[in-house]
Amino acid sequence: MIPAAFDYVRAGSAAEAISLIGQHGSDAKFLAGGHSLLPLMKLRLAQPSVLVDIGRVKDLSYIKDAGDHIAIGALTRHMDVEKSSVLAQHAPLLAHAAGHVGDPQVRHRGTIGGSIAHADPASDLPATTLALGATYVVQGPKGTREIKASDFYLGFLESALAADEMLTEIRVPKMNGAGWSFQKFNRRAQDWAIVGVAAWRRNGDSGVALVNMGQTPVLASSVSGALKGGASIADAAELAVAEASPSADNNASVEYRTHLAKVLVRRALEQASA
Amino acid sequence: MQIRVTVNGVEHVSDVEPRTLLVQYVREALGLTGTNIGCDTSSCGACSLHVDGEAVKSCTLLAVQADGANVTTIEGLAGKDGSLHPMQKAFMENHGLQCGYCTPGMVMAATSLLKEIPNPTEEDVRIGLEGNLCRCTGYHNIVKAVMACAGK
Repeated sequence: MIPAAFDYVRAGSAAEAISLIGQHGSDAKFLAGGHSLLPLMKLRLAQPSVLVDIGRVKDLSYIKDAGDHIAIGALTRHMDVEKSSVLAQHAPLLAHAAGHVGDPQVRHRGTIGGSIAHADPASDLPATTLALGATYVVQGPKGTREIKASDFYLGFLESALAADEMLTEIRVPKMNGAGWSFQKFNRRAQDWAIVGVAAWRRNGDSGVALVNMGQTPVLASSVSGALKGGASIADAAELAVAEASPSADNNASVEYRTHLAKVLVRRALEQASA
Repeated sequence: MQIRVTVNGVEHVSDVEPRTLLVQYVREALGLTGTNIGCDTSSCGACSLHVDGEAVKSCTLLAVQADGANVTTIEGLAGKDGSLHPMQKAFMENHGLQCGYCTPGMVMAATSLLKEIPNPTEEDVRIGLEGNLCRCTGYHNIVKAVMACAGK
């Protein structure tokens, strides 16, 4: 399968990328690692007329300790997130989840920013950064703005990014001392999660987010609320789907997904509390 | 668009359409047909080759993205005198294949894996090769071959 023809331009910096996307209009798309976009283009589910290749903007590939948070450049590859010693120390949940994206070949090319900007509710990193209370930094023609992960996901493959804006950085609060767990349930290696759960607990606080349980990644605030109020893990896990609206597909019915979410949230909380 | 790619140590300057996939480029433009196309949806790993030393799925990469890169295909693994790469030898000695269709991709993924994890456990190898499917269900001997190549 070969994508439909398109024009290809290469950006050397974020500013150049934003200027190029502005020139080419809403039919242009950013190409980072290409591991979400190219499969869609090969299936003709996406047919952009112009690709702005940002894969060579190397100064957006970094993982830095920025005081109270870790700053991750949007073009950092999954493999680099997975193996980061900075994240292993301060936000191990994210490094671990990145190691579950696709397979090694995919992780050599795919980027954290590409995955988040693609806003696929079945992807691991949108939900994981949502659970961690991340903030996304986006750059547009008028400058930069910050968007909370909890305000970013608007619908299926739809985010708060404007057509001429580019995600440049992901900021993850430091989570030293937090218990955490990432549960990914699938039947085939390398596949998307049928249901996934990213969770952390520290003192009375917690964050729980669900993969593939609706049109967007889902923050399970009711679970955290119940835990804060003193509920047992088993009782809190029963509230797993309070914010979710799962749909059925070839892998699972709505009932099965609902059941899985409760079981996986319970397991995640048990692991995060151990 | 003009690209300059070093493939198996030889530099090529080629004009390609932007939509040309890297796998198409190595097979059709360069005639290196050892890299197979299997699923064509970045699942099966048959098209795995190395870009700058790391295994990637060349059905999900544009040739223009490899502009300036060092690419190694299965043809580039053996020595110039035809002597097999240790991983190729290990696959042969451990009967790590049946039909052979997945083999070039398996070998390229396995050599990349051993660069990242030189002393893997059997579990490391099984997880590390999760991006490569063998429909003859020959995983057992493939894992044995990779472990043998790692000196275990």
